[in-house]
Amino acid sequence: MNMPADAQPVAQFGETPFTRKKQRSEKIARAIFAVMVACIVIPLIVIIGYLVKEGYSLISWKFLTTNPTHGMREGGIWSALLGTFWLVGVSLCISAPIGVLAAVYLNEYAKDNWFTRVVNLAVVNLAGVPSIVHALFGLGAFVLFAHMGRSILAASLTLAIMTMPVIIASTKEALAAVPRQFREACWNVGATKWQTIWRIVLPNSISGILTGVILQVSRTAGETAPIMFTGAVFYRRIEEGNLFAYNITDQCMALSTHLFAVKTQVTNAPEALSFAIALVLLGLVVFVNLTAILIRSWLRGRKKW
Amino acid sequence: MTGSRSTLSIYGEKAIELLIRLCGVSAIIFVFAIFFFVFREGAPILASKDFSLGKFLTSTEWYPTSMSNVRFGTLALLAGTLSVTGVAMLIAVPFGLGAAIFVSEFCTGKVREILKIVIELLAAIPSIVWGFIGLTVMNPIIQNLFHVPVGLNVLNAAILLALMSIPVMVSIGEDALKAVPDSYREGALALGATRWQIIWRVLLPAAKNGLLAAVLLGVGRAVGETMAVLMATGHAVQIPHSIFDSCRTLTATIAAELGETREHSPHYQVLFLIGILLFTITFIVNLIADFVVKGVRKK
Repeated sequence: MNMPADAQPVAQFGETPFTRKKQRSEKIARAIFAVMVACIVIPLIVIIGYLVKEGYSLISWKFLTTNPTHGMREGGIWSALLGTFWLVGVSLCISAPIGVLAAVYLNEYAKDNWFTRVVNLAVVNLAGVPSIVHALFGLGAFVLFAHMGRSILAASLTLAIMTMPVIIASTKEALAAVPRQFREACWNVGATKWQTIWRIVLPNSISGILTGVILQVSRTAGETAPIMFTGAVFYRRIEEGNLFAYNITDQCMALSTHLFAVKTQVTNAPEALSFAIALVLLGLVVFVNLTAILIRSWLRGRKKW
Repeated sequence: MTGSRSTLSIYGEKAIELLIRLCGVSAIIFVFAIFFFVFREGAPILASKDFSLGKFLTSTEWYPTSMSNVRFGTLALLAGTLSVTGVAMLIAVPFGLGAAIFVSEFCTGKVREILKIVIELLAAIPSIVWGFIGLTVMNPIIQNLFHVPVGLNVLNAAILLALMSIPVMVSIGEDALKAVPDSYREGALALGATRWQIIWRVLLPAAKNGLLAAVLLGVGRAVGETMAVLMATGHAVQIPHSIFDSCRTLTATIAAELGETREHSPHYQVLFLIGILLFTITFIVNLIADFVVKGVRKK
C-alpha cells in the first residue's frame, strides 16, 4: 500500500483546494491513530519503568533464593518462585501432549463437518471461560471429587485445562503451514498417516509448536485465581537451594498468589517488597514471551518453502 | 517374523489414532466437565427452601453471612460487572480498533513489527500485576486528578480492563482488516480515494463482522477478569451511580469469599451458582462472536 508521494504533478493536474483538503484530512486521520497507539504504548512503558524503579533495589540472588521471613515482611521469595516453576512444569507435562495431539486431530484427521465445528467451538469457549470458573471447576472436580486435596497436582491440572487452547491454536497454525505436498510425497512412498505425521509433519512444525508451548508457560506462570483454591498456600517454608523441595501432593506458594497476599493480606509489609515480587513475576513472563517471539522470527528466516 | 511386526504396527497405529481422536474431542469433554462439576457443587441450593432463583437474579441485597437473615441477591454484583465492563469497552473499543487500523493500514516494516511485539507483551502481563498497578499506581492518580476520596472504583478497574482487552481486539481486528482483499483497496485508490477514505468507506464496512467479533471477544475477556477487578474496584456491594463509585463484580465476589466459606454451606453453593451464571454469560458472548466470524467466512 505505497502511494507514489514523489510523483511530479503535471501542471493541469496541480493541487486544487479539493486535493489539499483530502490530504489534510488524511494527515489528521493518521495523527489521530498514531496518538491512539501512543496512548496504549506509553502507559505500558511508564508502568514497567515505575515497577523497575520501585522494585529494583531489593532484587538480588539472595532475594530469589531465600524463604520469606518475619511473617512475609522480609526475606526472599524462594518458596514462591519454586512453587511457580513446579506448577508450570507439571501443568506443561499434562497440557502439551494433549494440546498437540488435539491440534493434530483437528488439522490432520478431522473432516470438514458439523462435529469438527463443535470441537472448534468448544476450544474457543474453553479459552473464554473465566479463570475464576476454572478455579471452581478445579475445586469441585480435582480437589473434592477426585480426592486430590489442595495440591500441586490439582492446581496444575486446573491450569493445564485452562491454558490448553493456547497450545491447540498455535499448534494448529504450525501444522497448517506445512505444505500438503510434503504429506502427499510421504504417502506415495507407502507411509501410513501416523508415520507421515510423526516423521514429516511434526518435525517441520516443531518451532511453531514450541512457540505455543512457551506462550502457555507465560500464561500459566501469571495465573492467580485458578490456583487460589486448588493448591496455593499462604505461607510455606521449604529447603533452600533444593529444586525438588516440593512434592506433587504438597500445597505450594506461587509468585502470583504471594504478590496478592503481600499486597492485600500482610499488614505493614514494606512497599518495595511487593514491587520487587511484581517485578520478578513480570520479568519472568516478559522474558518467556520474548523467547517465543525470537524463536518465531528465527523460524521465519530459515523456512525453506 | 515380518508378518507379526506389521500386525503389531497396525495395532499400534490404531491405538495412536484412537488416542489422537480422544485428545481431539477432549475440549468438548472439558467444557461439559466444567459445567457439570461447577453445577454439581452449586445445585443443592436450588432445592433449599431459603433460596429463590428469582431473588438470586433480581435482588440487590447480598448478605451471605448475615446471622439473622441471609440474603443472596446478585443484582448489585451483576451491575458491578456490567458497569465496569461497559466503561472499559467505551475506552477499549475506539483505542483497540484504532490501533488495529493503525497497525494494519498505516504502518509498514519495522514499526509494524515492533508495535505488534509491544501489543503482544501487553497481552502477556498477568492480571495480578494489573491489579497491583491499579492498587499502587492508579489509585493515587485518580484521587489527585479527580479529587475523589477513594481511587478504587469503576473507573480504575475499567481502565485496567481496557488495557487488558485492547491486545485481543488489536490482534483479531487486524486479522479482520487483513482478510479484506487488496483488490478493494486498489480499486478505491484508483478512484482517487485517500487512505482515510479507503478505511472509512471501504475497509470498515467490509470488515465490520470481524471487528464486531473482536469487540465481543474483548467483552468476554473483561467480564471474566478476576484478580485485577478484585483489587481495583474497592469492594463495595452496591449499584454504582457514577464512575467514581466503588463496586464489586461477580468474579471478584467468588475470589474474595470462597476462601472463607465452609464446604457445602449455602454461601459456598451460591458462589458456585454465580460461577454458573458467569459461565453462561461468557459462553453466550463467545458463541455470538463465533457465529459473527463464521458469517463472514460463508460470504
